[in-house]
Amino acid sequence: MAAVEIDVNYVAHLARLSLTPEETQRVSTQLGNILAFIDKLSEVDVSKVEPTAHAVPLVNVTRPDVVTGSLPTAEALRNAPTKANGLFVVPKIVE
Amino acid sequence: MEYEAVIGLETHVQLKTLSKMWCGCANEFGAEPNTNVCPICLGMPGVLPVANEEALRLTALTGLLLNGRITPFAKFDRKNYFYPDASKNYQVTQYDQPSTLGGFVEFELNGGMGRVEITRAHLEEDVGKSTHFDRFSGVDFNRAGVPLLEIVSEPVITSPDMAYEYLNALKEILVYGGISDCDMEKGMVRCDVNISVRPVGQKELGAKIEIKNMNSFSGVRHALEYEIPRQIGVVSKGGKLSQETRRWDDVTGMTETMRSKEQAHDYRYFPEPDLMPFVPDEPYIASIKACVVELPLARKQRFMRDYQLPASDAQTFVWDVPLGGYFESAAKASKSPKAVANWVINNLRARLTETKTTLAEIKFPPAALAELIDLVDSGKISSRIAQDVFAEMFNTGEAPAVIVQKKGLLQVSDTGAIEKFCDEAIAANPKSAEDFRAGKVAALNFLKGQVMKLSKGKANTNLIGEILEKKLKA
Ligand SMILES: [Zn+2]
Repeated sequence: MAAVEIDVNYVAHLARLSLTPEETQRVSTQLGNILAFIDKLSEVDVSKVEPTAHAVPLVNVTRPDVVTGSLPTAEALRNAPTKANGLFVVPKIVE
Repeated sequence: MEYEAVIGLETHVQLKTLSKMWCGCANEFGAEPNTNVCPICLGMPGVLPVANEEALRLTALTGLLLNGRITPFAKFDRKNYFYPDASKNYQVTQYDQPSTLGGFVEFELNGGMGRVEITRAHLEEDVGKSTHFDRFSGVDFNRAGVPLLEIVSEPVITSPDMAYEYLNALKEILVYGGISDCDMEKGMVRCDVNISVRPVGQKELGAKIEIKNMNSFSGVRHALEYEIPRQIGVVSKGGKLSQETRRWDDVTGMTETMRSKEQAHDYRYFPEPDLMPFVPDEPYIASIKACVVELPLARKQRFMRDYQLPASDAQTFVWDVPLGGYFESAAKASKSPKAVANWVINNLRARLTETKTTLAEIKFPPAALAELIDLVDSGKISSRIAQDVFAEMFNTGEAPAVIVQKKGLLQVSDTGAIEKFCDEAIAANPKSAEDFRAGKVAALNFLKGQVMKLSKGKANTNLIGEILEKKLKA
């Protein structure tokens, strides 16, 4: 089975990961192996199988439109590295 | 060479629900920062979102209100990107199997009709709101997870005016259907504009330029008024446009590059594993169909056609639906629907406001208003007296005929009686009579008023005029 080519640097950038050259090499091999493994599926005839987003045969899981309450603000902000005036403080967003 | 613009709009609208899309936090504008947040809408690991059934219902209803269809199978997907206002690092949306597909919106445009086809209306979640300070930004997640409907139009809009009218018509429908309050001040409606230009007659579209995050309809119109000539200017001088995202600056009245195609996001959509698909059955779809209301434009046209009302009256009954309903009840019992509209809009509405009364509290039935108009039309009471009868009806709820009889308000059309009043009026005002004979027409109106006064408002107006003139010219 041909190993699937994967642009590790591009994927790492999308995931905001910074990899050393060694890590890039290692991850590249690992991801290739995973994809090769998944590729086994192409050996199976799935022409009569509907694509599905979920393995569980469950639909229409909903909740009524009711307000059930929220966290106290202090609790919500507890893990924030920086906070001020009830806001999560983040590096300045420029786009 | 002549160029034409091709415009498509993606309109985001916050749904009118009590709670958020996946959790029980309040969907509420203006609360203190981060007070309507919980582990689910903050994107904590290990939480399980569950879809708000009312948001799904409003989405399906929107599909029908926009003349589209509810799909038999809808699912949610993750749109992946990093941005501080999206705490999960993805936004849940419907990518390839949305809740509704197709449809169109019709509206009045430059004296004629306009129509914009709808590609789809799908359900997603709003993101947090950032506030920018000098050296950092602050994020409030109260808005994160608020159900958001994205309505995508086909690229069939050809002018800034058409875009503007389409957006207004869309908003009217959504407010009418109870889908969203569409309060622009509160950011409940936001718009992404896709625009390209091409030589007239060319099939292929030009490079697509996107203007992101417009929060007013007039802003969309202004941005297009700037952007269309800009693009035509580039292309007609032999320049080349490339796909990019631009930002509209309200202050300078210009658009500027935000990011080019090379910097475009790669969202890597995939099915949201935590949310199950939505498969509406027949009874569900039937229950949604039962909620479809008459659309504003259709209602306006019907009032103009069925009751021969002018556009302004019809529009009044479009904006005030209960008042329109009241008008219809009265108009059905009357031969003069236009007169009914006048009474409802000019008299009844004013009295309701003055007395802080609701339509349901009115003491007389709608048919009584038709009866009152009939008394005027048949000459039984003068229009002056009709005002008094109306006031009495409003206060006591008594039938107009009963009031007229009880108070002896029948119009006097007996020429003998009116002649007597005219003689009295002329005798008491010799100066006015003299003025009229000398050619001052206004003097006649004064004398008419005097006769009306003598008759206690009951004399037939036309007869007064006739008799007075005859006597003065004699
Ligand atoms: Zn929440």
